[in-house]
Amino acid sequence: MHELAITEDVIDAVTGRLPGARITCVRLEIGALSGVVADSVRFCFDLVTEGTDLQGARLEISEPSALCKCRVCGSEFAPDGPVILCPCGSADIAVLTGQDLKITSVMVA
Amino acid sequence: MCGTCGCSGGAAIQLLAAGHGRRSSADAAVHRHDPGHEHDGERDGERDHGHDPGRDDAGHIHLQGPVPGDRTVILQQKVLAKNDELAQRSREWLRSRGVLAVNLMSSPGAGKTTLLERTARELAGKLRLSVIEGDQETALDGRRIQAAGAAVVQINTGAGCHLDAAMVAEGLRALDPPTGSIVVIENVGNLVCPALFDLGEEAKVVISSVAEGADKPVKYPNMFRQADLVLVSKIDLLPYVDFDTKSHAADLRRVSPGALMMQLSATTGQGMQGWYDWLRRRTPAPHE
Repeated sequence: MHELAITEDVIDAVTGRLPGARITCVRLEIGALSGVVADSVRFCFDLVTEGTDLQGARLEISEPSALCKCRVCGSEFAPDGPVILCPCGSADIAVLTGQDLKITSVMVA
Repeated sequence: MCGTCGCSGGAAIQLLAAGHGRRSSADAAVHRHDPGHEHDGERDGERDHGHDPGRDDAGHIHLQGPVPGDRTVILQQKVLAKNDELAQRSREWLRSRGVLAVNLMSSPGAGKTTLLERTARELAGKLRLSVIEGDQETALDGRRIQAAGAAVVQINTGAGCHLDAAMVAEGLRALDPPTGSIVVIENVGNLVCPALFDLGEEAKVVISSVAEGADKPVKYPNMFRQADLVLVSKIDLLPYVDFDTKSHAADLRRVSPGALMMQLSATTGQGMQGWYDWLRRRTPAPHE
């Protein structure tokens, strides 16, 4: 359940960048290969924000899908799960997108 | 949690060796940070945000003037930026000292502590080994390593399911590893959460024991994908368990084509020399 610590890191990052601001919305990007479960972050968010400048803020999460490139055949493909294999059978893969875990923006009252 | 930098004050850190039985914890009275960790004027988050209008040197954003209604502030900041920055600072500190740090991960009971006990005993007098021991509770594992002859810092994470860079930075400060030595960071037994947190290590080692079954690499791909070395442990039990070494190796190749794999038993000693050689090859020469 590292999502609890991840959500705490979100609060710390936002209050660190915007000290004293009343935050009404937090927008996160949680990539399909980030290793973080968006639903678990949603579950933790209200608990963790209580008593902070983010209390009552809305949470919006975008979950971009992953895109990979095979180093053997060169084709780009969307993996269908966390075990990434190219349709050609190769496991020698570069992940192009989908690993990001970031705070894209916030809304301030 | 530290109100200044967000490092995890909930963890209890206890130095078990170095002769004095000193105890430190992450409470306010003894709360210190890793070498080079400064709060004054440091920037959090991205490194390239120092010149944006509306931001001061500390990276804070100051909103100016009355604003009608809510307004959007773009951050584009990695959630783990602070952890990653602390980890990088530890890594640079370890390199400047000539210390090899290894992040050792596995599920509970795969044999991390037993491996380190034997390693400490057999490398005594040859390679200096110290250990940062992470568990939710108790100093049981730390005491075992200490009895085997290595300096140990025990970190109890309490509710935490993994070690983070702040805990390890404080553990390193307490441990004060000598140049030309090895620090093994024994993570909390867990094949999920520790995969996300850079601790400042030079290499990640994952143990997969034959008693657990051969399918661990594909069940926990995020963990195995990052491994530099996978140790297949408890091979003395192979005659008694249903573990297909070929399918395990094939699954590992699918998840992590670049990972090195070794088989060993910390009970019988079989295969341990390969692990020692791997450590020795990566350990820096002592600095003057």
